[in-house]
Amino acid sequence: MSGLSYSTLTNNGLWKNNPALVQLLGLCPLLAVSASVVNSLGLAAATMFVLVTSNLSVALIRNVVSETVRLPAFVMIIAAAVTAIELLMKAYTYELYQILGIFLPLITTNCVILGRADAFASKNPILPSAYDGFIMALGFGVVLVLLGAIRELLGTGGLFANMHLLFGESARAWHLVLAVDYPSFLLAILPPGAFIITGLLIAIKNQIDARAKRLAAAKADLIVAGSKRVRVTGKIS
Amino acid sequence: MGFLRITSPHGHGPLSTSKVMQTVLLATLPGVIAMTWFFGPGTLLNILFGGIVALGLEYCVMAVRKRDPLFYLRDFSVLVTSTLLCIALPPYAPWWLIVVGVASAVLLGKHVFGGLGYNPFNPAMVGYVVLLISFPLQMSTWASPRGLADVPGISDALTALFANSQYDAVTMATPLDLMRQNTGLLVEDLYRQKAQFGQFAGVGWEWVNIGFLAGGLWLLYQRVFTWHAPVAMLAAMGLCAAAGFDGGSSESGGSALFHWLSGATMFGAFFIITDPVSSAVSNRGRIIFGALIGILTYIIRVTGNYPDAVAFAVLILNFAAPLIDQYTQPATYGHNRRDE
Repeated sequence: MSGLSYSTLTNNGLWKNNPALVQLLGLCPLLAVSASVVNSLGLAAATMFVLVTSNLSVALIRNVVSETVRLPAFVMIIAAAVTAIELLMKAYTYELYQILGIFLPLITTNCVILGRADAFASKNPILPSAYDGFIMALGFGVVLVLLGAIRELLGTGGLFANMHLLFGESARAWHLVLAVDYPSFLLAILPPGAFIITGLLIAIKNQIDARAKRLAAAKADLIVAGSKRVRVTGKIS
Repeated sequence: MGFLRITSPHGHGPLSTSKVMQTVLLATLPGVIAMTWFFGPGTLLNILFGGIVALGLEYCVMAVRKRDPLFYLRDFSVLVTSTLLCIALPPYAPWWLIVVGVASAVLLGKHVFGGLGYNPFNPAMVGYVVLLISFPLQMSTWASPRGLADVPGISDALTALFANSQYDAVTMATPLDLMRQNTGLLVEDLYRQKAQFGQFAGVGWEWVNIGFLAGGLWLLYQRVFTWHAPVAMLAAMGLCAAAGFDGGSSESGGSALFHWLSGATMFGAFFIITDPVSSAVSNRGRIIFGALIGILTYIIRVTGNYPDAVAFAVLILNFAAPLIDQYTQPATYGHNRRDE
């Protein structure tokens, strides 16, 4: 792929074009499942598996499948990957599989996955496509886990409860209780809390971006100030 | 303070924001006095504590937003928000409940959207609903009114506010709860058998509502708001209640008078839905806005599971206010309504 380096892909997936905070794709699982860290991690891992597999497969067949039937083909690939991860989780992390419930098969409809397949993987070679899938899923997963952590902390006053569902019995002891006798703050655990906290996260990201822009602009102004002749037209501040 | 200057005509003195807010604060007095008489000093203490928290928060937020905090504190709006919220809270609430509520109201309800005048929702109701959803137990334990139990003293109220453990006030189901949970009794018998019912509605509650009605009428006389929204809300609620009353069977939701004088009806009608920022703008719009709140309040009260419904109805209609404005925009003088 010409023009797109791996560092651009990384920046896009993690920050500039973050699927959860900028593209606002895949909000349904993001909001519904992120009530605790373990749920978020489980769904993030599943999404990553599906996204990497589907991007890889789509890149492989990109020259074979004709333009007109590409979307059904992509959806079939994604559905196959989702079925695979669903069976895997059913086999190895059964309780988590039960908690995630309908949201596992619903990964198929996560717009991030079809979006990346169509917008990137169908036009790029295998390795960049797989990397793009990985980094997009990472960007999605980081936000998912962050959201899960904030909601679990606010909602229950602890962190990392039930981690044994994902990491085996030894992880049961990871549970941190930060506030004993905490009256559970139900709003953070219920869906409205997810919306509110996602909104605040987006606001924080925009604020950071705006500040960076201001700093860059200030820097650019400094350079202009040292230019050769005095500016006589245009904006004078 | 440039925006406070007004141009001609100088017919009468302008109501500045600060003046309006102080008038509203003053008008809550009759209702608050009634609440203090019937439920003890809990509400008063809530208001005091909530006010201090709110002023502190507003100061910090304004400092963070690089505005002059003292200028914004002087408009009293944050005190109105916290006072309205604390009136709605159960007396003898623990301190953290008030802090969480006031913080939600001031931060999530107001400053997230850009401060006073930009908030699409009524901040006090945002705080109230956050608490009601998050802490249903603490939010639904109302003290018993005077006459049915001993009213707690000031030291009891302080203990309830600052002690770590849940304060064991004598609590009772409110008349609204009883009416909703009633399955087998005629309304008439319900009034006779349950001590919580008084002459028209609940013991104490009827006077609290009359107090807020009095304060609201005074505000109306002071021209702080127009009559449209409150009258529409009360009328719509009364019509709904009359339609659902069916002579007082066990299935009915209570009479119109009962709904008018129960829970937060009068408080909501005169102090909450008249908020100039989050309500509809035109007079016709306010009638629709108020009427829909009245209908929704009745429906949520009778079929829902929460102690009262005014807050939910207000928030839902806050969502709808821009839409109502769009369809009720008055025609400019000299133009047809159809003119674009």
